[in-house]
Amino acid sequence: MKIKHVLATKSPIIHTITPQAPLSQAVAILSEHNIGTLVVMEDDRIVGIISERDIIRAAAQDPAIFERQVQHVMTANVITGRPSDDLKAVLQTMTNRRFRHLPILDGDILLGIVSIGDVVKAQLGEYEGKLDTLETQIIEEG
Amino acid sequence: MTTVGTEAQPLRVAIIGSGPSAFYAADHLLKQSDLVVEVDMFDRLPTPFGLVRGGVAPDHQKIKTVTKAFNLVAKNPRFRFFGYVEYGKDLSHADLVEHYHQILYATGAQSDRHMGIPGEDLTNSFPATAFVAWYNGHPDYRHLQFDLSQERVAVVGVGNVAIDVARILCLSHEELARTDIADHALEALSKSNIKEVYLLGRRGPAQAAFTTPEVKELGELEEADVVAIPSEVALDDVSRADLEAGGDKAAQKKVELLQGYAQRAPEGKKRRLIFRFLVSPTEVLGDSDGRVAGLRLAKNELYASESGSIASRATGETEDLPVGLVFRSVGYRGSPLVDVPFNERWGTFLNQKGRIIDPTSQQPKIGEYTAGWIKRGPSGVIGTNKPDAVETVQCMLEDLATGQVLNPSHAERESIEKLVQERQPNYVTFADWQHLDEIEVANGAATGRPRVKFTRIEDMLAALGKNVTA
Ligand SMILES: Cc1cc2nc3c(=O)[nH]c(=O)nc-3n(C[C@H](O)[C@H](O)[C@H](O)COP(=O)(O)OP(=O)(O)OC[C@H]3O[C@@H](n4cnc5c(N)ncnc54)[C@H](O)[C@@H]3O)c2cc1C
Ligand SMILES: NC(=O)c1ccc[n+]([C@@H]2O[C@H](COP(=O)([O-])OP(=O)(O)OC[C@H]3O[C@@H](n4cnc5c(N)ncnc54)[C@H](OP(=O)(O)O)[C@@H]3O)[C@@H](O)[C@H]2O)c1
Repeated sequence: MKIKHVLATKSPIIHTITPQAPLSQAVAILSEHNIGTLVVMEDDRIVGIISERDIIRAAAQDPAIFERQVQHVMTANVITGRPSDDLKAVLQTMTNRRFRHLPILDGDILLGIVSIGDVVKAQLGEYEGKLDTLETQIIEEG
Repeated sequence: MTTVGTEAQPLRVAIIGSGPSAFYAADHLLKQSDLVVEVDMFDRLPTPFGLVRGGVAPDHQKIKTVTKAFNLVAKNPRFRFFGYVEYGKDLSHADLVEHYHQILYATGAQSDRHMGIPGEDLTNSFPATAFVAWYNGHPDYRHLQFDLSQERVAVVGVGNVAIDVARILCLSHEELARTDIADHALEALSKSNIKEVYLLGRRGPAQAAFTTPEVKELGELEEADVVAIPSEVALDDVSRADLEAGGDKAAQKKVELLQGYAQRAPEGKKRRLIFRFLVSPTEVLGDSDGRVAGLRLAKNELYASESGSIASRATGETEDLPVGLVFRSVGYRGSPLVDVPFNERWGTFLNQKGRIIDPTSQQPKIGEYTAGWIKRGPSGVIGTNKPDAVETVQCMLEDLATGQVLNPSHAERESIEKLVQERQPNYVTFADWQHLDEIEVANGAATGRPRVKFTRIEDMLAALGKNVTA
């Protein structure tokens, strides 16, 4: 199974923000849509990613955080994926490197974001399916 | 208004398609103890079960026993099957909206992905989808002819479908004659001249999409030696590091099996099945008559992408592989249906967790859902469609609870039956199908086969005593 099969059942809406936006706006969007991360875009290019964790980490150091701009708090070295990526490999990378959201690009075009939850769920579905199908065969043999 | 989901007003659901995802969804809907649900299932073919009948290989009968579970679903008095009724032809979106509270599209992937290389459409270059449908007796594909006089064949891709195609080409007549392969295919394959079948993977053995039992089976064929090239199945550094880090036992096992094949001395059997890895076809080469003469292959090396997935890139070296027949097995692709929003990029219906999304408002379309291959793309075994269908049904139940259902003007069982009768008087019920099934099985028993399939719709209708000219 590939990342594209996860993206196919996700909402077409991708939540993004600009690097110059105040952090308060980022928090408002995260809260309104009940999501954990925003992709930071400038001139249609991805320049960063900002997550709940980034914000909490920054807030712990600087309580006046919400007046600052997104670009000062975001992660700028964003790891990205492609639709043809193997699900298993991505899951391994997300687990080992401890990040929870992966923007998926086709060249420069942002296609969507998959969360570790999405990937785990798809992987589980695949395992469950294989087990179920195996079971059918075994029952027939037995 | 009467509460929907009660004896007074059952929740009326139309399911388009009758493959695994359709049946898993029907099962989950009908199992709801606190709801009264009625399911009508439509298929464009008179026969149910989608790719279980038309995809799963004829020599893999055991896997087809999943239909026993589907038969139990069909026994439910609140379930009806309308075979030979096509959405978009016999029934429209408007018809369904008028008769049902909820509509679930489970139409699978009816077409093939293109490779986008020159020569792809030369004579003797076929999508695997067509070959599979032909040997499995799908009525739309029975007329196809494959040039089996060729000695050398390439199958592009190393997924389980590619393995099925290669294996069917390599089975002996005796092996095939024990299966429910379509009669026309059994006959054509008995005259096959094929000596070499190449399976072409663009990445390495550790990344191959096929599963272990399927490759293992290839090592046990009566009439074909299986061959792999030691340098192509040796682990490169990138794959080794990946296997060590991830502990992917299944991938490890596949690599070991293939390395075992690379060590085998050929026994001089009638045919050879040859695995090639790290090669991408870049052109289908033709002769002066526009027929396939070979494949140009670019040799690849592997690299780990940022996200950890292992991808291939060309080394610049190329090779021409002379073959006279090509089967492109690089994946299926979903087809659009009238009035259902389609996602061109993925070849799926536009959806979120199974709720169909309106492309303009980007919000769910009330009462419309999807499941299976047309929801997530053409990936996964039969059982994978179960959690997939359950996810969709959960959305359907949530929406029912908040009153987000269609408001049909004719929410009675009889009314749609009347309409179908008008539009397609020859529609096939589940009892009709069971009758066809009995005939097929009885015809098979006579010759030691699991069944002999009907492959013409006219023959099916005639066997049911329907008026074929209607
Ligand atoms: C060649 C092949 C071999 C396979 N072998 C195996 C195997 O050995 N083991 C395994 O576990 N899995 C196997 N699979 C995978 C398995 O078949 C799929 O996961 C599964 O069938 C997908 O189910 P589905 O319900 O989404 O689609 P499908 O099974 O494709 O069902 C779709 C149904 O919709 C109907 N339909 C389409 N359009 C319309 C319309 N307009 N109106 C009405 N009806 C319509 C079709 O006629 C069809 O019956 C195989 C797949 C292929 C392609
Ligand atoms: N016995 C069984 O259980 C059985 C039998 C049949 C089918 N199925 C299931 O049905 C699903 C569909 O099977 P499938 O075989 O059609 O699809 P698949 O598993 O996705 O395999 C597709 C193959 O085509 C290759 N490919 C894609 N694009 C290519 C290109 N442009 N050039 C060269 N190669 C290319 C892929 O390589 P990359 O990996 O590099 O992209 C992969 O090897 C699978 O989940 C499968 O397991 C199961």
